[in-house]
Order: sequence, then C-alpha cells, then structure tokens
Amino acid sequence: MLSKSDVFYDRYERKAELQHQTHYCPGCGHGIAHKLLAEAIHDLGAKDSTIFVSPVGCSVFAYYYFDVGNVQAAHGRTPAVATALKRSCPGSLVIGYQGDGDLAAIGTAEILHAANRGEAISIFFVNNAIYGMTGGQMAPTTLVGQTSTTTPWGRRPANEGYPIHVAELLATLEAPAYIERVSLHDGKNIMKARKAIRKALDIQRAGAGFTFVEILSPCPTIWKMTPVEAQRWVEEKLLPVFPLGILRDRRPAIAADGGPPRKPMAEVLGLTRDAAGAIPASGAGAAVQPVTVKVAGFGGQGVLLLGQMLAEIGLREGMEVSWLPSYGPEMRSGSAHCHVCIAGERIGSPLISNPDVLIAMNELSLRKFAPHVRAGGLILYNQDALPAGFDAAAARVVCVPASRIADDLGAARAANAVLLGALQAETATFGAEVALSVLVAAIRNPSLHELNRKAFQAGRSFAAERTAAA
Amino acid sequence: MRQLTKGNVAVVKGALLAGCGAYYGYPITPASEIAEAAALYLPQVGGVFLQAESEVAAINMVYGAASAGVRAMTASSGPGVSLMQEGMSYLAGAELPCVVVDVVRGGPGLGNIAPEQSDYFALVKGGGHGCYRNLVLAPASAQEMADLTRLAFDLADRYRNPAVVLTDGFIGQMMEPVDLDATVAVPEAKPWAVAGTAETRKNLISSIFLEPDLLEAHVRKLEAKYLEAERLEARHEVYRGEDADTLVVGYGIVSRVLRSAVEQARKAGAAVGLFRPISLWPFPKEALVAAASRCRRVLVVELSTGQMVEDVRLALNGTVPVELLGRVGGNVPSVEEILDRLLPVGAAAR
Repeated sequence: MLSKSDVFYDRYERKAELQHQTHYCPGCGHGIAHKLLAEAIHDLGAKDSTIFVSPVGCSVFAYYYFDVGNVQAAHGRTPAVATALKRSCPGSLVIGYQGDGDLAAIGTAEILHAANRGEAISIFFVNNAIYGMTGGQMAPTTLVGQTSTTTPWGRRPANEGYPIHVAELLATLEAPAYIERVSLHDGKNIMKARKAIRKALDIQRAGAGFTFVEILSPCPTIWKMTPVEAQRWVEEKLLPVFPLGILRDRRPAIAADGGPPRKPMAEVLGLTRDAAGAIPASGAGAAVQPVTVKVAGFGGQGVLLLGQMLAEIGLREGMEVSWLPSYGPEMRSGSAHCHVCIAGERIGSPLISNPDVLIAMNELSLRKFAPHVRAGGLILYNQDALPAGFDAAAARVVCVPASRIADDLGAARAANAVLLGALQAETATFGAEVALSVLVAAIRNPSLHELNRKAFQAGRSFAAERTAAA
Repeated sequence: MRQLTKGNVAVVKGALLAGCGAYYGYPITPASEIAEAAALYLPQVGGVFLQAESEVAAINMVYGAASAGVRAMTASSGPGVSLMQEGMSYLAGAELPCVVVDVVRGGPGLGNIAPEQSDYFALVKGGGHGCYRNLVLAPASAQEMADLTRLAFDLADRYRNPAVVLTDGFIGQMMEPVDLDATVAVPEAKPWAVAGTAETRKNLISSIFLEPDLLEAHVRKLEAKYLEAERLEARHEVYRGEDADTLVVGYGIVSRVLRSAVEQARKAGAAVGLFRPISLWPFPKEALVAAASRCRRVLVVELSTGQMVEDVRLALNGTVPVELLGRVGGNVPSVEEILDRLLPVGAAAR
C-alpha cells in the first residue's frame, strides 16, 4: 500500500508545479479514492484499456495522476460522455468519477438515465456534502442545518429541501447491477471501499451492467476542520443520514438481445432495389409533361401519399420533381396539403403559389385553394357537384366523387387512387402504365393492390365517360 | 439510382456514407425524421443509435463518441440546439469533430414548428461561450442534405471542430430525387483519440487550460485553424450573375424561391442574378464582393428579421446598397412578393 501504483504517473507532468504531489488538500478523500482506483485498475491489468472521465469539481484534474486514457467532461455530463465512450469502445473499462454537485445537482438527469439504461460503466460518486472547488457552497447532499456560503443560516428544508440520497434513488431502478455506499473515515471502512471499487470494476469487466459506488469523503478545508476532525464528522454526521451498505447486487441485470439484424450498406440505403418495385424510365422524355399540382384535404385521405405518387411518376420518367408537405399545426388539426412540381429542368421554388392543378379532397380545401389555381388550370373536386353558389374562377372544375367510388369498391381510403386515375385520364400529363406501377409500389399491404388498381381504373373510366358525355 | 427521398432522411443516408458510426439525439419537430432514420439504419450497419434523455445529454454523448474517434452526429431544431450550445463549445474547445444538424423552426422560445432561418446568429456567430466557430453548411435540396452532411463530416475531421448543417423545415420535410453512390468513406485514423488501447493511453481530451498563457496559446491555435478554414472552405453558387445589375442573396429554401424569382425577373427584362452562400461560415465574402461588383443594388432575402444580411453588409462594406426582405413565423416570401421588390410597379404583369 505504500508504493505508488503504476496506474499513476511517476511525476505529475500535466501539473504546472509541485509535480511530485497532488493538488488535493491534506486530509481530502479524493487522494484515497484515487489510490484505491489506481490499485484496482492495476490489479485488473486494465491500465491500457481504461478510459477515465473526470468531472467538473475538485477532481477535474484527475488526468494529472491517472496514466490511462483521459477524457474531461462538462459539468454533470460524465455519465453521458461515459455512455458513448463505452458504446464506442465496448472492450474498454470506462470509469466516471463525479462529485456531489456534478452528479446530484446539475447532472441528475444524466446519472439517472445512464443507470436506467444499465450502461456497462462504473460511476464513483464522491459525496462530501459541500461544493469544494468553488469554495463551499451548498451541495444537494448538504445536511439539514449545515452551513455553507450559500446557506449562511444552515440548510433549511423549508427553503432548500432535504439532502438527496442518490444510491437509494438509483436502487429504485431495474437496470443497475451493483450499488453500494462506502465511507473513507477510517482504515476499516477504507478497506471496505477498496473492495467495493474492485467489485464495481470486476462487474464492468464481466460486462454485467451498470455499477455505482457512493463514497462518503472528508473535506477538511471547506468544513474548516483538521483532517482528524473531518473524519470524525463523516462518522458522526454523514453516516446517520447516508447509511453504508450494498443497495443492489444483481447480475446479469439486463439480458443481451443481439440487436437488429445486420445488412450490407447498399441494401440498408435501398440502393439495390431492382425491378421489384421500380420500372425503368421510359426514356421518352416527353412521357410526362411539366406540371405543378396542389393536393389538399383531410388527414387520412391519402393526400400526402397522392402527392408523393405524382412526384414518383415524374421521377421514374426522368423528370425533375419536388414534393413539399404542409406539416405541423395544420396537419394536427386534421388538414393536410402538399405541393408537387414536375419539371424538365432544375426546380427553383418547390412552393407553388398558383398551381396548374388542384386536387381538392374536401370542401374546405376547395374554398381555400381554388382561387389560386392558374387561369386555365384544372381543379379535381372530390364530390358529385360543386357547393351551391361556388364560383371556380378561371379554372376548369371536374367533380369526381372519388370517396363514393372508392367506398363502392370496398375501401374509402382508395379515394386517392381514384383521383390519380381521373387526373391521368383528364390531363394525360403522364401515362397510365407508370401511374399504376407507382400506385402498386406505394401500397405496402399486397392485399390492397387489386382494390387500388380497380380504384385507379374506376377514376379513369369516370373521367373518360364524363368527357365522352360532354 | 435516383430515389425520391425526404431531406431529413437524406441527411442520415449522407451520414452513413460518410462512415458515421454513432447518432445520439432527442426528437423535435421538424427534425425528428433524422433521429427516426438513424434509429432504423445505423444499427443495421453496426452503428450506434441512442435516444438521449435530453439534447444536453445527446451532445455530450456525441462528445464521448468523438473522444473515442468515432464519426458521430446529432440533429435538432432551435430549442434543442440552444441546449446543445454548451456542449458544442466544449467540442470546439477540446478539438473534437462532430456534425450537428439544425432543422430550423420558428422562434424565439417555443415559437412554432414552421420553417425559419433565425438560428443563423446562434450557429454562425456563436451561441456557446468562448472564441470558437462552427463550420456551417446550408443545403438547399434533398440531394445537398446528403452531400453536405457527408462533407460536414470531412470538414469536422479536417479541422477537429464541430460542423453544422444549417437547414430549415422546408428542406428537411420536402422530398426530391437523391442520387447516392453506395461507397462508404473510410475516415482517416485519429491518433489523438482516447479509445481504451495501449496506443491511445497517453491521450487526453480536455478543454481546460488554467494558466492564462496556456489558454491564450490554445485559443490562438484554434484561431489559426479558423483562419485557414476562411481561406479554404468558403463555398457558394451564382446563378445568372454574369450581367446582373441587381443581385439577390439567399440560402436554403429561400435560394430556391429566389431562383424562380430570377427566372421570372429575367423574363420581364430585369438583369437579376442570384448569389447563394453554401457555407455560411466561413461566409463566401470574396465571391460575394466579386458577384456584386457590377451591381447597383443587392437584395437579401431571409426567413428572419435580418441576420445573414449583417454578413452581406460587412462583406460589401458600403460599396453597394443592401436591402433586406425578411419574413418570419413560417411565412416564406412568394416569388411574386420578391418580384414586387425587384421590378418597377406593373413590370411583372407584362
């Protein structure tokens, strides 16, 4: 115990001066905790594989001493940083070392959630009931009645609440493997702390889950005591509030599940998709005419999907396309619309003020957007007739009772397929074959393919008969 | 193969092709599809996806992954990005690369979820504490969401600094054809990382320098990197600028509307050109000065009450009058609204 562990640097060269001693005050618990940790890392043979995450607080400079990989974290964020280090380097031994302000005040969320996820890291929580580095302000673990620079009349529950029991709090969670509270106030307890620290690292090394050791530690300087008085204060004042012992010892805490299946990158990105869903571009160039379309209606009518299908048709025919949805409050209130541009060249604005075509799937949309349709443009309206007294301005209106037609076929949700068919027949801006192919590819459930094909053809027939009758 | 792809999804596809190995994030509209796509794709190629407890935790997880040498990213929108600013300062201070995507929504405060460009100051000028810069790229299409995300990873590594993809709700939510090559980048080795190995044991990731002279030297070292980036990394695009007497300036979704406005204005006989910054930091100052050199008028259009316009004015330094057309709240100026500012009364109707 007298020789320095080889996990410590011989000389603390990262320190500006006094490179043979630590920056900790005489009688401070950090020195002891560091020594116990260094010995445990040594005994595990883990010097090369250890990553030590130091906090903000007196131990911010832990990297002066530990000859291991070192990462310094923002105040309170050590468990988050350690989480990602461990997930990036699963074979490493990741040690988080935090004080009571860092862990139990500003970092409450991070420690709670790292513990709750059962991250295979070890967190050592040095609790001395005070803010040391910043000069003696109240900590979340400061005792009732304890004075500090920010509780000059002593901690008053009526104003500051009660000390937080972190070990007990974490022990309410399912995931942690091991939680123990130890103390550094005498030799016997230091040996217990030594054992707890080793156990935590052993469990991590075995990959068995989240481990947490709370270490009650003296702070003679800020407490304004001699080291001996400070040890006594730990025993007499801290221990009754923060009882020692094991609060959790359960392994393996979380069963491994193997994770999602692995796939080649090209497959994941959908870059290998072949004839199954895609048909080759016709190459004719003129198979699709440039057009701008606004589709509008209620959410659930397939408004956005109809727009996407139009864009996909243009894409497959080698055109430039864009699809822009309305989103947000409008969608949440039940309305949806989208803009589709199909163009022969690079598309500027994907927002359309005056579309060539409006597909209005309800009356609200008709009234809202019909006045903006380009003069000479087309409006497809999802009803048998226009609302009484409605003037369609300069555009041509075709009423297609798509919802009723789809309903007759057995699924009102196929109204968008009816309208796709009607638009195809009415404008011939794109071919029926490509539209049908895109429609089928867009419907995930194969049992609905036939119904949607019928709906598309019904829309075409309706428009064709209407034209013939006119 | 060109695929109809949502901008937010294209971000993740670009990231995967950049060799991104980890995504740590927190959902927020209109950026959530980025987290959703990362959750779907990353684990299938051996990467890490984790939904963090907050944006604060997310950016610090990115810090941890970057410390280990992994290409890591996160994405959010205004309120979440505000929470990440402390962490981004730490990443810059500790010289860690990462990519942060901001799909900007309306602010301040909770604002709304409609598109704005009002996080320009926060990400281009700073936001976190201390003297640092983010490298900021501004995509204007779904294709660029993929391509510039990929580039952001390269820049982040090259400068060991956060790189930001600053976009808006429109570019994030829209679908356009995206053409990708399935070749995955192999990032260069990072000998400075802390990876739990014997070779990296002596390494230290930290942003604390207590001695004034040491901190000054460190900040000067960062400054030197930023000066080099200003020299090498400014990117822009000019459209019909060759004979323009009026220059419109805008980025992201606005540049798309401006492109249409330029076409319309040209049809009406007005010599209007478009200058689109692709990198917002470094700002393409010299290119803007060159593009504006023959112009008698510059109109900046942005979805804010005037943020980028300050950089345009600084670059042009009083040589040309600079006007601003700013809209907020999710309103985007229409082509007609822009033409009203560009053309004499009645000219657009011709």
